Amino acid sequence: MSKRNVSINVEYLTRVEGHGNIVVDVKNNKLETCQLQIVEAPRFFEGMLQGRSIFEAQHITCRICGICSCGHTLASIQAAEDAIGFIPSEQTTKLRKFLLHMENLDSHILHIYLLVAPDLLGVKSFVPLINTHNDIVRRALRMKKTCNDVCDILVGRHVHPISSIVGGFTKLPREKDIDAMHKLLHHLRKDMEATVELAAKFKFPEFERDTEYVGLVSDNDEYPMLTGEVGSTDGVRKNKKEYKSITNEFIVPHSSAKFAKLSRASYAVGALARFNLNSKKLHPKAKAVAKAVGLKPKCTNPYLNTVAQLVECVHSLEDGLEILEDLKKTGINYDEEIIVGLNEKGTIPVKAGNGVGAVEVPRGILFHNYEVDDQGIITKANCIIPTNQNVNNIEHDMKKLVPEILKKSDEEITLDLEMLVRAYDPCISCSAHFLDVKFVNR
Amino acid sequence: MSKPKVAFFDFACCEGCQLQVANMGESLLDVLGAIDVVEFREVMSEKWDQDFDVAIVEGSITTPHAIEKIKKIRERCKVLIAYGSCATIGGVNGMKNNFPLDKIREEVYGKDYKYFETVETRAVPQVVKVDYLVHGCPVYIPEFVNVLKAVLAGLPYQVPDHAVCVECKLNENVCVYEKGVTCLGPVTKAGCNSWCINNGNICYGCRGMVTNPNENGAKDVIEKYNVPMNLVRNKMNMYNQCREIDQSEQKKR
Ligand code: SF4
Ligand code: SF4
Ligand code: SF4
Repeated sequence: MSKRNVSINVEYLTRVEGHGNIVVDVKNNKLETCQLQIVEAPRFFEGMLQGRSIFEAQHITCRICGICSCGHTLASIQAAEDAIGFIPSEQTTKLRKFLLHMENLDSHILHIYLLVAPDLLGVKSFVPLINTHNDIVRRALRMKKTCNDVCDILVGRHVHPISSIVGGFTKLPREKDIDAMHKLLHHLRKDMEATVELAAKFKFPEFERDTEYVGLVSDNDEYPMLTGEVGSTDGVRKNKKEYKSITNEFIVPHSSAKFAKLSRASYAVGALARFNLNSKKLHPKAKAVAKAVGLKPKCTNPYLNTVAQLVECVHSLEDGLEILEDLKKTGINYDEEIIVGLNEKGTIPVKAGNGVGAVEVPRGILFHNYEVDDQGIITKANCIIPTNQNVNNIEHDMKKLVPEILKKSDEEITLDLEMLVRAYDPCISCSAHFLDVKFVNR
Repeated sequence: MSKPKVAFFDFACCEGCQLQVANMGESLLDVLGAIDVVEFREVMSEKWDQDFDVAIVEGSITTPHAIEKIKKIRERCKVLIAYGSCATIGGVNGMKNNFPLDKIREEVYGKDYKYFETVETRAVPQVVKVDYLVHGCPVYIPEFVNVLKAVLAGLPYQVPDHAVCVECKLNENVCVYEKGVTCLGPVTKAGCNSWCINNGNICYGCRGMVTNPNENGAKDVIEKYNVPMNLVRNKMNMYNQCREIDQSEQKKR
């Protein structure tokens, strides 16, 4: 067989959030370069937070990413409350868990339908699907809108939630609001069934690479999203305060995002990691779907992250409905509605401290860390987003994958690689942060 | 007339404003029926290398490369819409300008920071001519739809230049000054239907400042609660820091 040379340079990877480049260089069948380059214009969030009130942190950091804005909100609030020593009420925690479910559902649906489905249906984007698969496009938009409408009711809007703040909620849902949300989600079930049917027909590339999977773990029987410790499939278990010894960030010269590793060369976070760690705790209906589509832990095909997202969609929908039913039964205590502003009135007691938030957002575990002084002013901030943790793992996947598919044409290899990156649902726009850059060959 | 060709572009931002479009649900298909989307990197792999009628630009200009790119976009389009506060007024990215550029670069990138090019954050109208502004972080979809209608009809769109308080009172909210917290409503441009106050929070000033707060602002609110205008103006820098670029350039002239 003739020796293969492949040179791939995908600039501005489309259909991912943010900007990334794939660079692959194969000479005489030997893989010389294989990189996922992050080229996002840095936005300096951690720098900008310095000197601002801890009561503004959520408002600012949720604007790191429009897609996981509710996730950033919740991680930010958790870190802030941890820093100043505030303990949220049970009702607040319940509502936050519900909000996180909606975020997860919304984001996964966007990913499955608008970003992954076009590849699997053999078109360039969802736009041509408007003509060829109109019912699918309509369903996707309808489902997306339902999640959005539920968030509108709960927190004012989905992109940059308004009422969810440090201390609790500025506005709590009335009984009619709970009914309205329940009705919306109840109607979503039918579309969800159709989604499962559609996704079951998707054919994903066959590829396996065993890696370490990292996410929240706990001792109770709840699928951990908002609370818990940090664990891995290699047996690591640590308190979230020790997040830096989980991510062990390091620098590579070709990326403006830091890389992460734990027990081995790289690790993965996200729906598949959560599934591999906690599948036993999923809602029974989600378990049934996993069984039907043949997803079993420990699954080591990264392309199947999309399938794990599908399973999680069912979980978030069903568990979300149960939370609403529970809230309806217990009723809501409206005395907990708060107005804090910049804490001008000292509504919330403040002390100096260092707090960490660790929350499972759609793309994996997200860490926020703030240090505040005794006035509640931020002196140091750090955010480690899921994509940062995944980039290293994606590169290791690519390095194993490319030699296995050298028989394919350049176009096919490119598509396989693009699909691989897209499977991780990377949000590159927020992955550039806090670097000590060292340039190797400069 | 054939459908206008529309392209979406994003610069430094959270892409949340694009997402607001996807959140329109099935009514998005009506909008898509009236226009021909030729480039939209976040959801499309297709690329377009010819001229187009309308460019919808999201995000702030923060690198030398971005300055060149936005200038080229301007040359290729007939109408340019600055979409979302990152684009219209610099938005949250402007907070970077609170710090000396070298200092914040070093803070984030360590001693080799010079390899990471960045310039002072600028709003799109501070770099190229803009025909329509859609303020908001994120944009308020009903307003965007109105702007789009105006664009398609070839009519101008006037951003309201009165304060959020006006809408807030129509919505019968209890003023948060009544509860002892500060709100930027009296100095912020309306058009969002007092979104945040309706949901129990304060206005953070995301739509930019009214031209003349003492005239166009909610005068009675300012008087009634003795709103400390200096303090309020200072707070505006979460979203409005970039206006200092205009002010310093005016001084130079
Ligand atoms: S204006 Fe706000 S919502 Fe829109 S892109 Fe910028 S940060 Fe995101
Ligand atoms: S100051 Fe704020 S709360 Fe009071 S009327 Fe104006 S917008 Fe409404
Ligand atoms: S109330 Fe203020 S902060 Fe909220 S959307 Fe309107 S202008 Fe923006």
